[in-house]
Amino acid sequence: MDFALSDEQKALKQTVHEFAENEIRPISMEMDEKGEFAWDVVRKAARLELTYSGVPEEYGGPGLSMLDNVIVIEELGWGCVGIASAIALNQIAILPVLLAGTEEQKKRYLPRITDSDNPRLCAFGLTEPEAGSDAASLKTRAVRDGDDYVLTGGKCFITNGGISDFYTIFTTVDPDQKYQGITAFIVEADTPGFSIGKIEHKMGMRASQTAELILEDVRVPASNILRGEGQGFYVAMETLDSSRPGVGAIGVGLARAAFEEALAYSRQRVQFGKPICRQQAIAFMLADMATKVDYARLLCYRAAWMLDNGLDAIKESSMAKYTGTDVAMEVVTDAVQIHGGYGYMKEYLVEKFFRDAKILQIVEGTNQIQRLVLSAQLIN
Amino acid sequence: MNMVVCVKRVPDTSESEVHIDASGKDIDKSRLSFGINECDNYAVEEAIQIKERLEGNVTVISLGGKDSDEVIRMALAKGGDDAIRLEDDAFAGGDALAVAKALAGAVKGLEYDIVFTGALTDDDGYAAVPVALAELLGVPHATYVKKVEILEPGKKAKVGRELEGGLMEFLEIDMPCVLGIQTGINEPRYASFKGIKQAAKKEIAVKSAADLGLDAADIGEAGSWAVLEQFTPPVVGEMAEILEGEPDETAAKLAGILKEKGLV
Repeated sequence: MDFALSDEQKALKQTVHEFAENEIRPISMEMDEKGEFAWDVVRKAARLELTYSGVPEEYGGPGLSMLDNVIVIEELGWGCVGIASAIALNQIAILPVLLAGTEEQKKRYLPRITDSDNPRLCAFGLTEPEAGSDAASLKTRAVRDGDDYVLTGGKCFITNGGISDFYTIFTTVDPDQKYQGITAFIVEADTPGFSIGKIEHKMGMRASQTAELILEDVRVPASNILRGEGQGFYVAMETLDSSRPGVGAIGVGLARAAFEEALAYSRQRVQFGKPICRQQAIAFMLADMATKVDYARLLCYRAAWMLDNGLDAIKESSMAKYTGTDVAMEVVTDAVQIHGGYGYMKEYLVEKFFRDAKILQIVEGTNQIQRLVLSAQLIN
Repeated sequence: MNMVVCVKRVPDTSESEVHIDASGKDIDKSRLSFGINECDNYAVEEAIQIKERLEGNVTVISLGGKDSDEVIRMALAKGGDDAIRLEDDAFAGGDALAVAKALAGAVKGLEYDIVFTGALTDDDGYAAVPVALAELLGVPHATYVKKVEILEPGKKAKVGRELEGGLMEFLEIDMPCVLGIQTGINEPRYASFKGIKQAAKKEIAVKSAADLGLDAADIGEAGSWAVLEQFTPPVVGEMAEILEGEPDETAAKLAGILKEKGLV
């Protein structure tokens, strides 16, 4: 067993770390304050092929493995969760096309994402107001009409909603069939009847745009179905199984950033005549924080490695997602605590980190759903 | 245009405490992170930009152990074509002249129009390698270069040198030549992921002193004009006063002294 990164992986990590340090961190507080999508940074990220890193070379991407991707996503999470989410969720939104698309669909849609000079984004449209964790209860309808389907309904909390070129929209052709009726479509943003509703005003992750999607008699050709009628639920689940280690890695990056801030602050903050890092109460917190970051990272690496090797990783992906993001919440909470009153103030990065951490326990399958998935795997 | 870029892997001491090691001739580098020398990063970018404009070839050279491969590969990932690493125990302990001798040995075997180096290194900071290298190669040089305009590919360039007070000195220089590049001349790119993957597959030619036809007595410490004897922290001299105490106390003392001497 070899725990060392390869030279190539070190170079990827270094490059994205420098990107996060030089391009993301300097604007992250401002973007958070304004709640503004950082297009400039996302365009620059596209030049590095960061926004589509998992797309294979034959479709114009750099073809990073899941493990490589987890390594670079940690650096983005270190930079800013909002910007990391905008980039990582784009990668996730590509997955339905990569995993379930026909050759023709891949050739039609992937080049739009991999055009570094004119980068465009895509989005994953699963969640609905009444279908969150219970995704199979979604209500957006698709009704066949000749060679087309007519889509009606709405989606909510869609990352990169309103700024994407195309969307994977999960619908049902028959609600009575529950998950067996679910059908995924690629819907282009400019299709008549497709519109953007409310842009959400969020607690954290504010540099990414989250929007409501409205579908009113949206006519989509049958050739835009991913894998066939009734296959949508599987497309969604496979996408989520593959994306979980990456979401965990955003948490790992955030946790590491919070740990670094706490360590630096505790070194210079003097109380009772010595730096607080020399007070055992604080020193032990720092030790625990460092350990949590490391074990969360190891779980993310393992899950990604298993996926790269074609192994069944449903259990391990869930472990990675909920551990990476629970650890983020725990470490960030301690980082604020170590900063004392200052940590509650907007001038300090940890205040932002604290707000950013919470969403990670909720997105891409709440951490309760992760435990449900995991325990079902253990018991059944 | 054939270009050569010399790069060096150096420790990053900007955010770390620096301690002298047991030998007294080096700093303890065990807990430092390393990366490409800052000026060299701009030199790499300048060479790649010229290659992209005018076509050509960029060869990356570094003097150092296997660890230096990481800075070489990053330069390849950004657009470098070939790479040579110079490794030999005989190179150890060399001053700027000895380093230049090793680099010159490698450059002589190549066709080149411009050799780029950083203007100076972050660790030793002699700023002497580009000058010594040019002398050994018998070609003109310019240092602290902050602008390069190719007037005639392979023949003539106009370069701007950064002088004190923000002044720029412009001069025409014949090729082949050596240019010591200053930071800020361009905006170094990030390597693309594809570039990184391709660079990982490229071969780095490792050459010893013997491969370059260099005599061990003429390189490294043996071939140096200056030999490092010892590092010491600055000694507290008669005119120096070290202020001690909490920051508010030291600040108050400092303010008192400045006022007393009529300096503020």
